[in-house]
Amino acid sequence: MASYSTNEFRSGLKILLDGDPCAIVENEFVKPGKGQAFNRVRIRNLKTGRVLDKTFKSGESVEAADVLDQEMQYLYADGEFWHFMLPDTFEQHAADAAAVGEAKEWLKEQDMCTVTLWNNSPLAVMPPNFVELEIVETDPGLKGDTAQGGVKPAKLATGAVVRVPLFIEQGEVVRVDTRTGEYVSRVKD
Amino acid sequence: MSTFPASRTDSTAWRPTASLEILKLRARLLGRIRDWFAERGVLEVETPALSRFAATDPNIESLEVAGGGWLHTSPEFPMKRLLAAGCEDIYQFARVFRKGESGRRHNPEFTLLEWYRVGMGYQDLMDDVLDLCIAAGAGLRDWKTPRKLTYAQAMASVGVDSGRDSSPELAARLDAAGVDWPRSVKDDREALLDLILSTLVEPSFDPAQPTFVYDFPPAQAALATIRPDPVPVAERFELFLGGMELANGFGELTNASEQRQRFEQDCRRRAERGQPDIPADEFLLAALEHGLPACSGVALGFDRLVMVISGAPDLASALAFPSGRA
Repeated sequence: MASYSTNEFRSGLKILLDGDPCAIVENEFVKPGKGQAFNRVRIRNLKTGRVLDKTFKSGESVEAADVLDQEMQYLYADGEFWHFMLPDTFEQHAADAAAVGEAKEWLKEQDMCTVTLWNNSPLAVMPPNFVELEIVETDPGLKGDTAQGGVKPAKLATGAVVRVPLFIEQGEVVRVDTRTGEYVSRVKD
Repeated sequence: MSTFPASRTDSTAWRPTASLEILKLRARLLGRIRDWFAERGVLEVETPALSRFAATDPNIESLEVAGGGWLHTSPEFPMKRLLAAGCEDIYQFARVFRKGESGRRHNPEFTLLEWYRVGMGYQDLMDDVLDLCIAAGAGLRDWKTPRKLTYAQAMASVGVDSGRDSSPELAARLDAAGVDWPRSVKDDREALLDLILSTLVEPSFDPAQPTFVYDFPPAQAALATIRPDPVPVAERFELFLGGMELANGFGELTNASEQRQRFEQDCRRRAERGQPDIPADEFLLAALEHGLPACSGVALGFDRLVMVISGAPDLASALAFPSGRA
């Protein structure tokens, strides 16, 4: 089994802690000049999302988590699972609701997502930073009103609700930043 | 979509991590410090970075060179040989190397400013260190009136009796403060004290106030002389400033046979911990047998001093190229 020494610790490294896959968020090396060295590490549990602080004696080793981020194409949802495919091998993976989490609000068929695999099964799904989605429901647009400030809620094809400018119409396609859930621009054909 | 890894960070990795302002400040501080020593008649010296001997201290790992020898972790031993040979007060800016020390305030290669004062006690050397820091920071950064406290007082300030508390009591103190500690050190009293110093004591000091901690427990004497008080203490001090340890000084051990015993003890501890065998410095022992004058010495992290005076958030911001870009 692969392992990492504390010397190799850096943010983003995936390790196994009490059987759970975790990512190192922050690593601080502490050492009194003539004393023993420690690594104080902030860790996020990738299954629960919980963040905890852990101290290691420098030089100790920790088991590596077999965690891999892969770019995959989102195919479809069947009501229980969301299905993704590796574009070069056509290998498919099914992610459950816990793995998909909030990403489900942004998943559009054929979009490329980052799927985190642990022991070859999906652990988490990251949507692309920007998605283009059709507005399926919003109040009628106010023609010619391009003044700043006015916004209204709009429901997207995926069910997500974002705030859009008043001039945007139902049926239009808009570009949204999935990290903030904010409208970016309208998409013209 | 491109699948080239981390191309954005790679394309800027050739650049220095320190700003041009800080690089200029480094040069200016080097000049100020050299002037400060010249005014006091302290001689600048240079000693080898590559040696057939290395530090035996179990808490410091030396880098071994493939062609033979070790890179020094401090210029202490050859500087003491110069003192034994009759050099009076001396100082050195030394590039030193410590394996595995990497972090926000550590880089495996860094600059130590080390100096020795012949006939000066370690208490007076603390004032010397403070004078140098004030001269270096003049017009750039002001500090509060310094504070001095013994190691026992520093530990007492966080509710620890460093002379008496057992390992389980020290561990309980860390638990109460919400500091996680590795189970592998549960019976290692020294390790638990080190962790308490780093995680509870050090953060409690005012970053704007130079704070000296002195009179360490004999187990942490390193190369300091041990004063045979009713409760013996090591004549060792550390300066904390800007929220970190900036300097470590000793009333120097001058007794050759005790130095030999400490080397042997270090080597035994290294063997117990499964660490590499290190050749102890026979030249130093011979110099001590010849006779080292009573003196005090201190090593100050120059890059950290740049960090404290400039207000840089990490050591990388005070270095042109930290190890990740070296």
